[in-house]
Amino acid sequence: MTITEHDQDTTNDTDEPSLEASGRGQGTLPEWVRWAVAAASLAVGGLLVAFLWKVNIPFTVIVGALIYVVAIYLISRTVESQRHAVDRVVTGVVTTMFLLSLIPLISLVVTVVTKGAERFDAQFFTYSMRGVLGEGGGAYHAIMGTLVITGVTTLISVPIGIFAAIYLVEYGNKNAISRALTFFVDVMTGIPSIVAGLFAVALFTLFLGPGTRMGIIGAVALTVLMIPVVVKSTEEMLRLVPNELREASYALGVPKWLTISKVVLPTAIAGIATGVTLAIARVIGETAPLLVTVGTTDSTNLNPFDGRMQTLPVYAYYSYATPGIPREPYFARMWAAALTLMLIVMALNVIARLISKYFAPKTGR
Amino acid sequence: MSKQIDVKDLNIYYGDFLAVQDVSTTIAPRSITALIGPSGCGKSTFLRALNRMHEVIPGAKVKGSVELDGQDMYGRGVDPVLVRRKVGMVFQKPNPFPTMSIKENVLAGVKLNNKRIKKSEAEELVESSLKGANLWNEVKDRLDKPGSGLSGGQQQRLCIARTIAVKPEVVLMDEPCSALDPISTLAVEDLMAELKNDYTIVIVTHNMQQAARVSDKTGFFNIEGTGKPGKLVEYDETSKIFNNPSEKATEDYISGRFG
Ligand SMILES: Nc1ncnc2c1ncn2[C@@H]1O[C@H](COP(=O)(O)OP(=O)(O)OP(=O)(O)O)[C@@H](O)[C@H]1O
Ligand SMILES: [Mg+2]
Repeated sequence: MTITEHDQDTTNDTDEPSLEASGRGQGTLPEWVRWAVAAASLAVGGLLVAFLWKVNIPFTVIVGALIYVVAIYLISRTVESQRHAVDRVVTGVVTTMFLLSLIPLISLVVTVVTKGAERFDAQFFTYSMRGVLGEGGGAYHAIMGTLVITGVTTLISVPIGIFAAIYLVEYGNKNAISRALTFFVDVMTGIPSIVAGLFAVALFTLFLGPGTRMGIIGAVALTVLMIPVVVKSTEEMLRLVPNELREASYALGVPKWLTISKVVLPTAIAGIATGVTLAIARVIGETAPLLVTVGTTDSTNLNPFDGRMQTLPVYAYYSYATPGIPREPYFARMWAAALTLMLIVMALNVIARLISKYFAPKTGR
Repeated sequence: MSKQIDVKDLNIYYGDFLAVQDVSTTIAPRSITALIGPSGCGKSTFLRALNRMHEVIPGAKVKGSVELDGQDMYGRGVDPVLVRRKVGMVFQKPNPFPTMSIKENVLAGVKLNNKRIKKSEAEELVESSLKGANLWNEVKDRLDKPGSGLSGGQQQRLCIARTIAVKPEVVLMDEPCSALDPISTLAVEDLMAELKNDYTIVIVTHNMQQAARVSDKTGFFNIEGTGKPGKLVEYDETSKIFNNPSEKATEDYISGRFG
């Protein structure tokens, strides 16, 4: 009796739903089909756009994608099933959106690289604009100015930002001060950069009188923009450090400040360093606050406490806004400056990744 | 080295919530005391009050006194940091420092306190602590590898090694075996039996057999209902608690007739 019952259990028949597809068609499309359909749709779309208007890549992608979505739906519905067809449509739409989002990015990179390459030469990196009219000259003074001002900004912002974050996470306990701090940091994150610049101007006018231009004023303006970013990212990283580690340290009789400096910070250092690097990348391209605080100059000045300095974004701005005659060399230098700035930001991002890779707590044997 | 703990009228709060009420008891030196009781009755809370770890939780406070060989650890001017150096703690979840190697983890109590120690002394301390925690043979070839690369049971023994490396007088353990397999559990139990020669040990456990196996005395905590404070219902020799408890609640709990 028991044996027969058991047998019946294992023979698993009739009412179990079959795993095979049940749709109009029962087959599956081979992998190459969608590539073929995609290629054909793009070709048709491209021709259509070119015929009706002119050759245009974004429109080709959009029209091609529409054709693809309709085509693959119909094909899949006849060969496979309704469910597969919908699946393929959604995949198609998502992929199209992804490609569309890449277009401005790629086109930006291509534009900056091709136009910037013209003056991306040794002279550009070794000469300032002192006494240069027309051809020649470089952005040595602007590159160094940007590095000096960003360096000073980092020196001021990072300690303030990190200590503020430590206060918030380790000491604040959501008390009135820490809530106020969080509020102001949130507000500061949204401050338009020109406001930060004007604030720095107003502040230094109190001490030095009107019309003063100095690297340090620009650094202070950038500090206003950078501190909230550092606070936010550091705070997040510190909150990720598990409480168990703090307790483990306390339980060994380690005082709070040593626990913070030797357990919490080392555990979070990768994230903090990444955050700082990205914060630098955020302020290094600021133009407006530097325009009003640091001004512009054609010669090299590396002293942030003495007079006007040149910076890359401002250099690019003036090359474009007030070119000499002929204009071409100015525009070429502007693109080279833009390319340099972009490369610096990219380098910072790469550094951030390397930092988070090498400093991250190690696991494994 | 080992010290006696006298708890007098201890009330433990989280903010306004009274979690543990009126505990008075004496924990003998060189013995293992087991704390048992249903979940949420305040065993961990009580344990953490024994080395002033309770107060690191915001709003948490303690009333009453806990004396370590006659010295009130909650007295005026007593530094909780010094209390914790004398009363070490092993947590339920193994928590080695992820940024440190196995060796650095063992030396954490020394290194984190910026104490200088000779290289030879450090090596001796690492070896003796790891041997004391029954871990030496498994890790002696990879002392410089990260502590987080060990198995859960090994990590827990590493945490025990880290705790005894600071040479405390009392070791508190909060369910130290709950994440371990039977073999590691046995290793930790053997270890406790050895440590008992030098330290006062208090252990929280949900495992009755474990309490019966390892402990000299057992305390039973209970709670009357949710929101009510936990109380130390009965505290006696382990054999008495498990064979002939004087309270009905204790008997119900250990025989499994509970709630
Ligand atoms: N950080 C905290 N904040 C507020 N209340 C807490 C906190 N930790 C514990 N409690 C409360 O204190 C009471 C006792 O908790 P405790 O952790 O000591 O129980 P336990 O006996 O260790 O339980 P378990 O056996 O489940 O570990 C519970 O009611 C719990 O909700
Ligand atoms: Mg507990």
